[in-house]
Amino acid sequence: MSATNDGLLSIEGLRTVFRTHGGEIAAVDGVDLSVPRGRTLGIVGESGCGKSVLSLSVMRLIAHPGRVAAGRVMLDGRDLVQLPAGEMRDVRGSQVAMIFQEPMTSLNPVHTVGFQITEAMRAHDARASAAELRERAIEALNRVRIPAPERRFDEYPHQLSGGMRQRVMIAMALACRPKLLIADEPTTALDVTVQAQILDLLRDLQQETGMSIILITHDLGVVAEMADEVAVMYAGRVVERAPAGALFNDPMHPYTLGLLGSVPRLDEERESLLAIDGSVPPPFALPRGCRFHPRCPFATAECRTEQPPLREIVSGHSAACLRAPVEAFAA
Amino acid sequence: MTAPLLEVNGLAKHYPVRKGLILAKQVGTVRAVDGVSFTLNRGETLALVGESGCGKSTTARLVLRLIEPSAGTLRFGGDDITGIGGSALRAMRRRMQIVFQDPYASLNPRLTVADTIAEPMQVHGIGDAVSRRTRVEELLSLVGLRPFHAQRYPHEFSGGQRQRIGIARALSVQPELVVCDEPVSALDVSIQAQVVNLLKDLQRRFGLAYLFIAHDLAVVKHVADRVAVMYLGQIVETAPKRDLFAAPRHPYTRALLAAIPHPDPARRGQVKPLGGDLPSPLNPPAGCRFHTRCPFAQERCRQEVPTLRRLAPGHEAACHFAETLPAAGLDFAGGLSEIAARRLALYAKARAA
Repeated sequence: MSATNDGLLSIEGLRTVFRTHGGEIAAVDGVDLSVPRGRTLGIVGESGCGKSVLSLSVMRLIAHPGRVAAGRVMLDGRDLVQLPAGEMRDVRGSQVAMIFQEPMTSLNPVHTVGFQITEAMRAHDARASAAELRERAIEALNRVRIPAPERRFDEYPHQLSGGMRQRVMIAMALACRPKLLIADEPTTALDVTVQAQILDLLRDLQQETGMSIILITHDLGVVAEMADEVAVMYAGRVVERAPAGALFNDPMHPYTLGLLGSVPRLDEERESLLAIDGSVPPPFALPRGCRFHPRCPFATAECRTEQPPLREIVSGHSAACLRAPVEAFAA
Repeated sequence: MTAPLLEVNGLAKHYPVRKGLILAKQVGTVRAVDGVSFTLNRGETLALVGESGCGKSTTARLVLRLIEPSAGTLRFGGDDITGIGGSALRAMRRRMQIVFQDPYASLNPRLTVADTIAEPMQVHGIGDAVSRRTRVEELLSLVGLRPFHAQRYPHEFSGGQRQRIGIARALSVQPELVVCDEPVSALDVSIQAQVVNLLKDLQRRFGLAYLFIAHDLAVVKHVADRVAVMYLGQIVETAPKRDLFAAPRHPYTRALLAAIPHPDPARRGQVKPLGGDLPSPLNPPAGCRFHTRCPFAQERCRQEVPTLRRLAPGHEAACHFAETLPAAGLDFAGGLSEIAARRLALYAKARAA
């Protein structure tokens, strides 16, 4: 599928493979996605669905024995997959930045917060003086609403709370004003009240800077709160893609339905949750046909042999299911 | 009315903070749990909720006597178990078991599933090798695993399956109380639902009492009968589940509920973050411990410690102004669209078929 013209990032046919003893396995297998400027794309899925490998592929951070085997990652008209390593290093931080789930493990415990923020700035601007960098770092801390940033500049990560650490991570990521921020489960390790603060902050920063966000999460609540567009991933493929409202109001793929049924809701009480049976298949043992068919209550013989393409079912809303929407086939 | 299965009274755990290597002087006290009281009936689920550092896991470990309380009493089945030791404590332990949060760290990687599940029975001298083997098979099928899984090792299982093994191990000695310490927090959404359903099903079949430690209020709403909300080592509100969600009386409970993002984009932007960070339990604020973050705090809150007061049957809150707070303004209604609900019903039907 071709990307729209106002798209900042468009991923086309991306396939990321890892070499193992048993041959090559594809953690991401033919993914098409696009992110418009100033908008948020939510990527939802469970562990092992390929959402983190996808984002690392965009950043070109896939290490041996993994590699991007096919596809393009177009950022502002440039294919990041083909970029020489040196140019890619310039892109990281200044064009695309990333924040991770664990703010403690992604900060260096032996350096001060200030050192770590200015490190990225120094990498992109070798001429700036120490005083100038300090000033810019304090401004960056200020932007992520850290109280008393002058004091925090000289503190170490262990002196900060979890929420503060994630703010520092965001300050580092945004220090060079990237056009795209990839947030990989940014609030999963945080308490719910702190999560709300961080989501609020990301939304404000997006409005201030006009950056695009790819938000990777397993939490449908977070997606509903933040995303403009949503892609649901399962076993390395996108199984449903829609504007956020349409995804929740008109969920098409049985996997999306299963996810919605699995989440306990505050607005109702059910005797038991509508779980999805079984578990996500590992990438070295993917089933034939539709990868969801062993767990799908609607699966037929056809689903076992044929891999369904992602097809547009109503305008702007695609699902990779032969039987979507399900009521058309329910007896 | 029969006596509650578990009665906790004024339970506290204080950790001394020392400074200096040789002449270690105590420079402070971390009040991890500071005067917690509650009861739990047979067959009932009490959820302890709160953010990290509020003392909920410490409370759970105190209840099991895995750590020793600094103050307070514990009664189990009517008997005081605060000070018992030796064989009396071991006998008591058979009646109370725990399921841990991390299904990866809580199973011994060098024991087969059969040995893991049989170990508590062995410790407590229940049955012989043959009867234990039969019991292991029974337990495996009970938690939705297959008999051939018995000879496998933990690394061969997914997170959800490991949690099932942990549950089977806890149930092997037929306990009356199971402490569930964040049993589904580390699991994926779809797997979380499976395990929650399993726990509820087992409770119905065996009349288990659960002390359910959690931070996810949506999960709590699904499993609990009663809820106790903790903040900085103390219970600030306790109520039957329905009352707590319909009419939360403590500002902290309200803040927790207001912070949950709903899976419904139409209600975007209703999430209201609570300002500030959790104060250190080393030096909790004077007066009401929540006053530093409370939007309704007044002079009295800074000075006078609020006690838990009864506001309705079974509903207590520790707030000076619980009666006069403005309406909570929480709205959970709305939810699923008609199409989504219809498709979910089809999904449920197809799944049951």
